[in-house]
Amino acid sequence: MAFDKNSNSFTFIFAIVLVCVVGTALAVAFLALKPAYDENVRREKMQNILAAMNVKVARDDAPAKFTEYISGSLLVDAKGGVVDGSARDKASNKAEASPAFSMDVLKQYKDWRAGVVEAEAMQYPVYQATVEGHDLMVVPMMGTGLWGPVWGYLAIDKADGRTIYGSTFDHKGETPGLGAEISTPIFIDQFVGKTITEEDGTYTGIKVYKGGSMTTDPHGVDGISGGTITSQGVDEMLMRTLAIYDVYFKLVVPKAPEPMVNVSLSDTMAVDPPEIQ
Amino acid sequence: MSTETTAAPVITRTDGLFSKKNRKLLTDPLNDNNPITVQVLGICSALAITVKMSNALVMSISVLAVVVLGNMIISALRNVIPGRIRIIAQLVIAAGLVTLVDIVLKAYVYDVAKQVGVYVGLIITNCIIMGRFEAFAMGNKVGPSALDGLGNSLGYAWILVVVAFVRELFGSGSLMGFRVIPESWYEINGGMYFNNNMMILPPMALVIVGIIIWIQRSRNTKLIEQS
Repeated sequence: MAFDKNSNSFTFIFAIVLVCVVGTALAVAFLALKPAYDENVRREKMQNILAAMNVKVARDDAPAKFTEYISGSLLVDAKGGVVDGSARDKASNKAEASPAFSMDVLKQYKDWRAGVVEAEAMQYPVYQATVEGHDLMVVPMMGTGLWGPVWGYLAIDKADGRTIYGSTFDHKGETPGLGAEISTPIFIDQFVGKTITEEDGTYTGIKVYKGGSMTTDPHGVDGISGGTITSQGVDEMLMRTLAIYDVYFKLVVPKAPEPMVNVSLSDTMAVDPPEIQ
Repeated sequence: MSTETTAAPVITRTDGLFSKKNRKLLTDPLNDNNPITVQVLGICSALAITVKMSNALVMSISVLAVVVLGNMIISALRNVIPGRIRIIAQLVIAAGLVTLVDIVLKAYVYDVAKQVGVYVGLIITNCIIMGRFEAFAMGNKVGPSALDGLGNSLGYAWILVVVAFVRELFGSGSLMGFRVIPESWYEINGGMYFNNNMMILPPMALVIVGIIIWIQRSRNTKLIEQS
């Protein structure tokens, strides 16, 4: 060989060239595959929203089912009012192309935590849908677990604006077998039939209890044993986010006259009898 | 340079690609020199991703791609890589390939990528990879290096698949996600059967690997240490 491959200069040149070649190759591969990845993320989001309404679909079917079920979407501001021009219904625009759907809730949450975005400037998506005769409002939530973000979607029955029809939770990297259990049916199914306010409209949110003795609470669920920090994160996320949405729910659900209350009671009873005590 | 790589059999003659020596490169790691059961490398991933068969298969294919491609690249560059930074160079190539595998998984098998995501990143630290780069590819030609990578990743793969088979069958009652043990057997549906939760937890993988080593050694007397 004409050059001394163990000389300092060759070592430096080799290292620089190697890193540049590997870096370029990775950048090209990433750019080429990013559309496919983004599409997967988009479909997963639809899948999650549908799962909160107890509609389980395969990822490939998600876009079709999403269009079928979701009748509209809008953004809510921090005071609970609808953001001007954010509302979309099925006729005027496809719900999946709406400002609500394209908003990055995780990014906004991170910006808020970092102090870049003021709490008053935050926006909150709402999806509207009808499943088996129930008018639902599906809302996303974003919080922090032990190792990273945790998030979820809650479907609230529009009949009374406070009863939970279904939910889904997921996480980025909680401990398998412990905090990661929040994405399992054992945790998720507890939410069905719980309410986020007292009957008179006083906001209660949903508490996540440590030690399952309080699961008879209509405003609380049992946390995950061994997943205390994750459970606390979910609790904080529910309390903070639902407080904002509750204002909006009270706006769209008219102050119930007598028959309305009856409807909501019978709905609750159909879902979870022990609640009415 | 080559003094540090004497651990591997250095092939100098020009053999045919499937000569006896090269076939041995492929078959040795399956049994006599298995990376998991004999060299006890790559144990961490064998514990972590063997709860489901599909995860074990994806992990195996990912490791196969990284080891074979990495071995070939390292082998092709073996006369150019400066001795003092050869580990760094190997690491850059391994890390680059692993990141590439991660991107490809996310684009094409998103569900699996989500489940094995963390562990795909950890392929970089899988001792089998650096071990094969340093011990074999640095001292051998491209062809034999590819075969060596293939053999070692297949040796790794079959252990992973066997462990995952046992764990998924008894831990979840399914194989490759398909239900094997009928729903009606379960206690919740009035039957008498429970899934073994122990199988889901990582320690059980160690026990199964131990049993595989036991069976392997009782059949393959070459592996029994003389005391």
